[in-house]
Amino acid sequence: MTLPTMLDVRGLAHRYGTHTAVAELTFSVDSDELVCIVGPSGCGKSTMLRCIAGLIKPSDGAVSLHGDPVDGVPDDLAVVFQDYSRSLYPWLSVRGNVEFPLRTRVSGRSARRARAMEALSWVGLSDAAAKYPWQLSGGMQQRVSIARALACQPALLLMDEPFASVDAQTRAELEDLLLRVRHEHGSTVLLVTHDIDESVYLGDRVLVLSGSPASIVADLTVDLPAERDQITTRGSARFVELRTEVARLLHNKRPAEAAPTQPVRTNEERAAERFLAAEREERAQQTAEMRQGRQ
Amino acid sequence: MKRLTGFAQRWAVFVVAVVVWQLAAAAAANVFFPTPWQIVLKCRDVWFTTSSGGFGLSDAVFEDMLPSIGRVLGGWALAAVLGIAIGTALGRSRTGMQYVGSLFAFFRTLPSPALVPVFILLFGVENSMKLALIVFGSIWPILLNTVDGVRSVDPVKTETAKSFGIPRTQWVAMVVLPAALPKIFAGLRLSLAISVILMVVSEMVGVTNGIGYQLTYAQSQFDATTMWAWIVLLGIIGYGLNIALLAVERRALRWQPTRAAMAAAKAGG
Repeated sequence: MTLPTMLDVRGLAHRYGTHTAVAELTFSVDSDELVCIVGPSGCGKSTMLRCIAGLIKPSDGAVSLHGDPVDGVPDDLAVVFQDYSRSLYPWLSVRGNVEFPLRTRVSGRSARRARAMEALSWVGLSDAAAKYPWQLSGGMQQRVSIARALACQPALLLMDEPFASVDAQTRAELEDLLLRVRHEHGSTVLLVTHDIDESVYLGDRVLVLSGSPASIVADLTVDLPAERDQITTRGSARFVELRTEVARLLHNKRPAEAAPTQPVRTNEERAAERFLAAEREERAQQTAEMRQGRQ
Repeated sequence: MKRLTGFAQRWAVFVVAVVVWQLAAAAAANVFFPTPWQIVLKCRDVWFTTSSGGFGLSDAVFEDMLPSIGRVLGGWALAAVLGIAIGTALGRSRTGMQYVGSLFAFFRTLPSPALVPVFILLFGVENSMKLALIVFGSIWPILLNTVDGVRSVDPVKTETAKSFGIPRTQWVAMVVLPAALPKIFAGLRLSLAISVILMVVSEMVGVTNGIGYQLTYAQSQFDATTMWAWIVLLGIIGYGLNIALLAVERRALRWQPTRAAMAAAKAGG
């Protein structure tokens, strides 16, 4: 019994004091669909995601999950946060972290353990079950939080910029891992990102969020084949068209005026950009770790 | 070999100090300042000679040493339970500390020995007075560190727990307390030292057993060597308790990466 619409968001708005973070968002996510929401940093994507997760109460509008209105945190929803190092519990082993949310969902210690080990095997971390999170690399840590979310068998998996804090290489691996597990398990995923390429590569649909307060400026169906590949998919003409379309929508320019101002970027330029971005992220991560270490 | 040099490093200054003490005391030949060796011999007489004169645990061990250690551990454990419980409740409540903060600051700054007369009036001179004094004096580091610790829980960890619908009691037991544990242990160590001090102070008034009592009794009898023996015992107890607590702490916090392990993990990628 799968309902066609898993998540329905109507007129969602949230204000912090006088500042409106999100205004009038309306969209829906179907069962077994992977929808990416792409928008610039600070446009209220995270606020929106927290409203859907029931972590903050929206000022206006309604969210419903498989037909039930969301009021408080729904049981069959799981969130993967961007900051894996802060989202995992350092005092629990990898398996302990995955088992933790199962305490309220699965009765029996051995059943929980079996479920956790199964989820870890989906992300290829069976061997790391007894380790502590700090003993793993960043990408592996994020795989643990993905396993933790999947182990709950959520009706909807929310991901808040899940791959923004890892290096470019790991990021590609994690993207493929997400595509694989969601096909294997028929998960419904709503993923928030600021990376245009990532949104097109992962999504069945891309919602383009723009402006402040954020509003949906486009709802694009990604008509790429379901089997995706980092090299051939990203190199295909349709992929390039879609990413250009999303970029244009994000910068809010009409096709006619956009064409001359949009320089044709060579692959080298793009590679350099990715490299710089990855380096920036790494530096930010190091500073964060240092700060944590000092505390 | 590395172990051996580490051991030597730790104890070299200690051994030299004892040797200097031995030589200085022997040279001074003052009855109030016996040599360490004389003190060691006295220790054997006081604790390891049975009433019939043979080798074994003496009455002083059962009548003075163990009751004193019992008071330290009992008072400290009581302070730990109360301090952690009250501290957790206050730390998690938004306004709790605002109400009681100044009251606590006042109590905390009172020198506990000054309250001995008050506690004698309230509880008499027996064990309950001693326990009350130890609890009152040693609860503050635990309580305030717990408040601080449970407040410092990373908001992302709280949000993660919320998003998984973790019930409140589990959240406190498995997220809040582990996060606060390093700070709680810092408080426990401080208050253990305070407990030993207050045990001695409380035994110096109005009782007839305990290390504090024997210490003042020996001094009043001009038995300087015995007095020194009890002082040495206090040092050994303080040192031993601290070592034991550190071992417990290392075990409880073994999830915390050591500096060396962290560097190794980084290098290994």
